[in-house]
Amino acid sequence: MDFRTQQFEALVLPHLDAAYNLARWLLKDDDGARDAVQDAYLRAFRFFDHLRGEEARPWLLAIVRNTCYSLLGKRRQVGEQVEFDEERDSEFAVRPAEDSAGDPATYLLRKIEKARIDEAIERLPSVYREVIVLRELEELAYEEIAQVANVPVGTVMSRLSRARAMLRARLDPPDGKG
Amino acid sequence: MDERDDDLSALIKAKATRHVAPSQLRARIDARIAELGSARAGEIDGTAASIPPMLAWRRWTNMGAAFVVGVVASFVVTLALRGAGEEDRLAQAVLDSHVRSLMGAHLVDVESTDKHTVKPWFSGKLDYAPPVKDLASEGIPLAGGRLDYLGQRPVAALVYRLNQHTINVFVWPATGDSPRDPVFAVRQGFNVAHWSADGMQFWAVSDVNAGELRNVVRLLALRDKP
Repeated sequence: MDFRTQQFEALVLPHLDAAYNLARWLLKDDDGARDAVQDAYLRAFRFFDHLRGEEARPWLLAIVRNTCYSLLGKRRQVGEQVEFDEERDSEFAVRPAEDSAGDPATYLLRKIEKARIDEAIERLPSVYREVIVLRELEELAYEEIAQVANVPVGTVMSRLSRARAMLRARLDPPDGKG
Repeated sequence: MDERDDDLSALIKAKATRHVAPSQLRARIDARIAELGSARAGEIDGTAASIPPMLAWRRWTNMGAAFVVGVVASFVVTLALRGAGEEDRLAQAVLDSHVRSLMGAHLVDVESTDKHTVKPWFSGKLDYAPPVKDLASEGIPLAGGRLDYLGQRPVAALVYRLNQHTINVFVWPATGDSPRDPVFAVRQGFNVAHWSADGMQFWAVSDVNAGELRNVVRLLALRDKP
């Protein structure tokens, strides 16, 4: 294996989970996320020489993000923008009686709470959803998020606070404390 | 960030799904990159005649640039290695080992969730007995153990799982430089922690988020005290 490929594998491949997580949250389906991440990686490999002194993770995530948005744009054009919310809603609307057979009640409660939070994030418009995912789940710095989303840091911060306000309104006091 | 933001942030971190790339995707990308890599290498070797002059010129410039970048990079690496402390070098070695363990098939030598299987496995392979902790009740089951080679010595690597994430915990005898209290760092996007207890030093590496790693370290360090 040549040096460049080795470098790529050492620097970029380790961020596959972060790449997949972002794509999955943006596209909201497994197949789309898989394809987008693979495309993004091939693109990243092609443009690997452009990565100089930057951190590999935000650089890669910016490519993943672009790939996802162009996919979303295409879906919208073709008019096949699938609305996944309903499907997910019904999947989550499991009544305790059906699902809890044998399961401790706490487990079920935890599962419902998880679904509720996932759903609230999923319903955010994508520019708000991505800052939440990048900040809270991937723990990127504001500057890195700015690099990924290709906007100034100030915009990242205002989007974050707007996203949090929307989530708070939707989750409407997360019972008791967080 | 006000307090309500902290609460919301903690809630999301704890509850929202962090999707994990399917293993077939990892394998597929690996294979495609290797393919493209060797195709590229072949391209540079020969077939210059079939390349239009402009492209050939660009290719040579690229190769020249790559060479310069390579030379500069190795110079920088040499300087960095010389300047960097032992701690830094070890942190990098630990991280490299973590990444290698995820890339290949070789994550564990002894696969078991039982510390009474993993701990004895190391005896006879190491000149010390690494403490092995069971954190299954905390949702962090043991996946197994592995013999690794770091900082010119064989070391024990304990592998834990947290959701679908892998945590490598490296253990070997502490030296005078090992910090008592955990020191946390982020390297190449991974969270790394280093601490020592009872004559052993511990390095934990993972792509779990910083808060989760802190918790794992707390649990590992906590149980060290008799």
